[in-house]
Amino acid sequence: MPGKTEPINGSVKLGSKESSTAAMPASLKKPDLSSYFSLKSLKLKTKQQELLIRVSILCLVYVLAFITRLFSVLRYESMIHEFDPYFNYRTTLYLTRNGFYDFWNWFDSESWYPLGRIIGGTLYPGLMVTAAFIYWILRFLHFAVHIREVCVLTAPFFASNTTLVAYFFGKELWDSGAGLVAAALIAICPGYISRSVAGSYDNEGVAIFALLLTFYMFVKAVNTGSLAWSLASAFGYFYMVSAWGGYVFIINLIPLYVLVLLITGRYSMRLYVAYNCMYILGMLLAMQIRFVGFQHVQSGEHMAAMGVFFLMQVFYFLDWVKHLLSDTKLFEAFLRITVTTAVGVGAIALGVGTASGYISPWTGRFYSLLDPTYAKDNIPIIASVSEHQPTAWSSFMFDFHILLFLFPAGLYFCFKRLSDATIFIVLYGLTSMYFAGVMVRLILVATPAVCLISAIAVSATVKNLTLVARAKNKVAQTGSAKGSSSSKGSSKASLDQSQPFQRNVAIALLLGAFYLLSKYATHCTWVTSEAYSSPSIVLAARGAHGNRVIFDDYREAYFWLRQNTPQDAKVMSWWDYGYQITAMGNRTVIVDNNTWNNTHIATVGRAMSSYEDEAYEIMRSLDVDYVLVVFGGVTGYSSDDINKFLWMVRIGGGVFPVIKEPDYLVNGDYRVDKGAAPKMLNCLMYKLSYYRFGELTTEYGKPPGYDRARGVEIGNKDIKLEHLEEAFTTSNWIVRIYKVKPPDNRW
Amino acid sequence: MEAHLRVRAALLLSVLALLSLLARSSSQEIQIVNAERRIDLTSHIVKVFLTLKVENIGASPASEILLAFPPTLIDRLALVKAAATVGKRKKKSYLPLDVNPTELPDAPNGTKYFSISLLNPLSAGESATLEVLYILTHSLEPFPAEISQSESQLVYYRDSAIILSPYHIKQQTTFFKTPSTKLESFTKVEPTNRAGTDLKYGPYENHPPYSFSPIIVHFENNNPFAVVEELVREVEISHWGSLQITEHYILKHAGARHKGVFSRVEYQSKPSFSGVPSFKSLLARLPPRVHSVYYRDEIGNISSSHLRTDPRKSELEIEPRYPLFGGWKASFVIGYGLPLQDFLFESPDGRRYLNFSFGCPLVETVVDKLTIKVVLPEGSKDPSAVVPCSVEQHLETKYSYLDIVGRTVVVLEKINVVPEHNSPFQVYYNFNPIFMLAEPLMLVSVFFLLFIASVAYLHVDPSIRK
Repeated sequence: MPGKTEPINGSVKLGSKESSTAAMPASLKKPDLSSYFSLKSLKLKTKQQELLIRVSILCLVYVLAFITRLFSVLRYESMIHEFDPYFNYRTTLYLTRNGFYDFWNWFDSESWYPLGRIIGGTLYPGLMVTAAFIYWILRFLHFAVHIREVCVLTAPFFASNTTLVAYFFGKELWDSGAGLVAAALIAICPGYISRSVAGSYDNEGVAIFALLLTFYMFVKAVNTGSLAWSLASAFGYFYMVSAWGGYVFIINLIPLYVLVLLITGRYSMRLYVAYNCMYILGMLLAMQIRFVGFQHVQSGEHMAAMGVFFLMQVFYFLDWVKHLLSDTKLFEAFLRITVTTAVGVGAIALGVGTASGYISPWTGRFYSLLDPTYAKDNIPIIASVSEHQPTAWSSFMFDFHILLFLFPAGLYFCFKRLSDATIFIVLYGLTSMYFAGVMVRLILVATPAVCLISAIAVSATVKNLTLVARAKNKVAQTGSAKGSSSSKGSSKASLDQSQPFQRNVAIALLLGAFYLLSKYATHCTWVTSEAYSSPSIVLAARGAHGNRVIFDDYREAYFWLRQNTPQDAKVMSWWDYGYQITAMGNRTVIVDNNTWNNTHIATVGRAMSSYEDEAYEIMRSLDVDYVLVVFGGVTGYSSDDINKFLWMVRIGGGVFPVIKEPDYLVNGDYRVDKGAAPKMLNCLMYKLSYYRFGELTTEYGKPPGYDRARGVEIGNKDIKLEHLEEAFTTSNWIVRIYKVKPPDNRW
Repeated sequence: MEAHLRVRAALLLSVLALLSLLARSSSQEIQIVNAERRIDLTSHIVKVFLTLKVENIGASPASEILLAFPPTLIDRLALVKAAATVGKRKKKSYLPLDVNPTELPDAPNGTKYFSISLLNPLSAGESATLEVLYILTHSLEPFPAEISQSESQLVYYRDSAIILSPYHIKQQTTFFKTPSTKLESFTKVEPTNRAGTDLKYGPYENHPPYSFSPIIVHFENNNPFAVVEELVREVEISHWGSLQITEHYILKHAGARHKGVFSRVEYQSKPSFSGVPSFKSLLARLPPRVHSVYYRDEIGNISSSHLRTDPRKSELEIEPRYPLFGGWKASFVIGYGLPLQDFLFESPDGRRYLNFSFGCPLVETVVDKLTIKVVLPEGSKDPSAVVPCSVEQHLETKYSYLDIVGRTVVVLEKINVVPEHNSPFQVYYNFNPIFMLAEPLMLVSVFFLLFIASVAYLHVDPSIRK
């Protein structure tokens, strides 16, 4: 690596120059001296060596963070994963083709038929703009890359950048050692990898980077009181707002942090500068994002930040008055009056704002975070998403592994060396851990905090242990010679009272720590390769002979739609597949993953759970040409529409009371076999999934019509369709598309 | 319908006969002694083999023989080839002859002509045997035009029982070969015989020039009607040792349109009754030593393909994402790399030339519009193409990785391409190998500057206060 060695040579020269500019000519004269100088420069190099080691570790971590996320590209192909990324990809494509203004003003008539969707006003553009920007830069430099490749690799690239931020954050919190460990931990932490593998082109990919960057710069601003850092954190916040709805976490955590600092008597001018600048500028910048708009001054979720902002002003004012007034008694009276008035005015303002409707109440999503049971009772559409479920212990273990044990240890270290910065990370860690417990997907937000706190634990422990191990060594070397310096004396004193095994114990503990860390590395790699690197659009299974079988049915169906249906065909499917149908099938959908209109989704849910003739009326009213269902009965693919069906019933029933969940259940059981409820056996979803399935033998030794996903023989094998006809079924039956027939001629 | 056709045919015949009387004077010096036509209807590409025994009955030597085609046929005519037969029986050999479209001033009813230039002019009283091959595309009209999944595909083929010719034909016979014995109907022009898959019209004696007798053959043809509506082949030459080929296909099943239900159960369980005219896979013949083959479309890789290679040829069996039924479309991209030394040569005058095969690598397909783009390396000059058939040519510029001035692209366009067009073509150009170093040097200098800059940065202290 010529690039690596060059700066070191340079810095070595620099070092020797600095040490003895006068001696330099001498070294040129005498070769003996030069060797002496090189020795001396070697000694001087330790700092440089440390820099070299640090930089190379960081480089390796940077590269590692990138390549560990490439499993899916190597195993499958460079493709976009899952559902939401397809929408992001489609919008990015639009952005690169039509430019920013068209993108910003885009009215998308291909989704939410017949309502349409104003894309520019209903999305966080950060991710698309980032990817398009990278793409334009590469194009400018004459790298003929395809936008897809850029999109696929955006998340790993930002994950790599996150490791750098984690390093600097760790350095700010503790020391550079902790920073390095934090970078290494976060580079491979499964909790983060789950959302940032290559192809997972989702908001979170860049948002976690933005989140950590904002926090880092804010902590830096608090630590230094520098306006520049505060400004930088405002811009970081702006980027975060543009990238992900999770910015609400920042705008609530930072005021909370400020409040805690105020309460614990850590108020300082630095904090005042940092918060005010960051809040005011951050707010103004965030208003530029259309989707966020005036929420910072109008929505209940953002009021905490504003309250803390005013509180800061009151605090500052009081501080000033205290400075002016010498009489403490007078000040106390003044304090009482001011605080009462301030609180009173604040409460009245909030009350009036809420009552008059100027300040909107908290949204359902926000409520569901504070009260995990809220969504289940009130918003089935949020509860139906698997990533919104409360987290199980196993998934904590799965995503954090040893970090779960290191986290409390790190908290201990943080409390032991309390500072403004460590208070922040403790708050971040505790709050995000709570949220991670409420929703599976929020493990992602907790991951950086957990990594940083664990890094502090690892770094502090390893440092202490190595100190013990090395101090003993030194003592052994020097033997009976008494330490001259005071520090040596103290270490000697501490060693004297310890057991003689201490060094061995320290070494054993060190080995144990390295064993644990290596286990962590293996676990992370295993999790990444096994759990988080499948694109979910292509399914892979093991065949009878151990060979890999690929089910590419989704793309088969979407491509069929794209090529063989009329340009303006409208496709009705459950909302999960909406983004993919528009992105890959290029056809208009009724509902998609942007679940903004619950009634519309409920209408589709109602159509799916009605009898065919009732459903036909609904489909006619929605202009539906094709109906797409996902069916796993042949392959044993369990996340199909039949298994999601109860949610359709619930969401449909939430708006249209004619749909009643008990009609589809038998004694509270959901079944599809002979014992199923009659309404279940004749509803549209059942008919479309199992149409002519009764003729097919799926498994040897089982009767025809044996559903492998649910392990039962289906209850209704003689399905006749009146208003629909089978238009296409993929080779493994995973996707089935039906054409809605035009109404019969009346004569 | 039938009667109406017959009336029209009769009318046409009489008009043609009348016109032929007028045109008589121009081509009376040659007569065809014996004509035998074999029309191969087994695939959707109709191949017509015509054996003509011509005799010069005039006084002066004749150097060219004319072939006549009805104007409706000319758009569907992909290729006309002719050869002269030399030698007798066992020592028979064929000498290829030049065929060019020509115009005659008094062509009746817009008849189009091709002239075959003979190697040696036919002197008076002499006779020669010519073998002509012409290929027709899109000439089988599905009837019924829409079929359901369980039906098989029936098509019409329209032609004339009597060969259209500007010359007097003494004796002629026409044979049709159909893909199966299932023949729905055919027009009878006595004597007409049918045996198995063969249908024989003739022999007919002494027909005057421009005689015409329309016939329709209605038969079953379940062969894949694979038509590539548009094919763009991009051949990128890199002097670092590889040839990268990217082919963009828009494929269509041009047979009878699929109607109604597509049932996967029936398609899977009764392959011999269900969806017989549909096709699942296609074979592409690629050059030997092909490497890094990919097969994908707009939404990603298509996993269903198989590559078989041996030292002489490579075969890529591709399956579109779904079986293609009549009227269904699929678009995809095939890409592969080839070693440069197999295709790039240096001509004696110091120019380099690429020798590559024209046409579509897919077996038994028609390409409606073929575009070949030869991307020459950056810095190459004076490109010229030598193509065995008539094409439209122009130049373009393409920017690829790290290009500054852009690469010259030679674009060749041709419509109506059949597998018989797969013969090599050449693109000549001048190239100075020094240009090969431009891009590596550029990268090297960028990195060099980067390191210099970082070294400089480490040595400079930009702080204002000390």
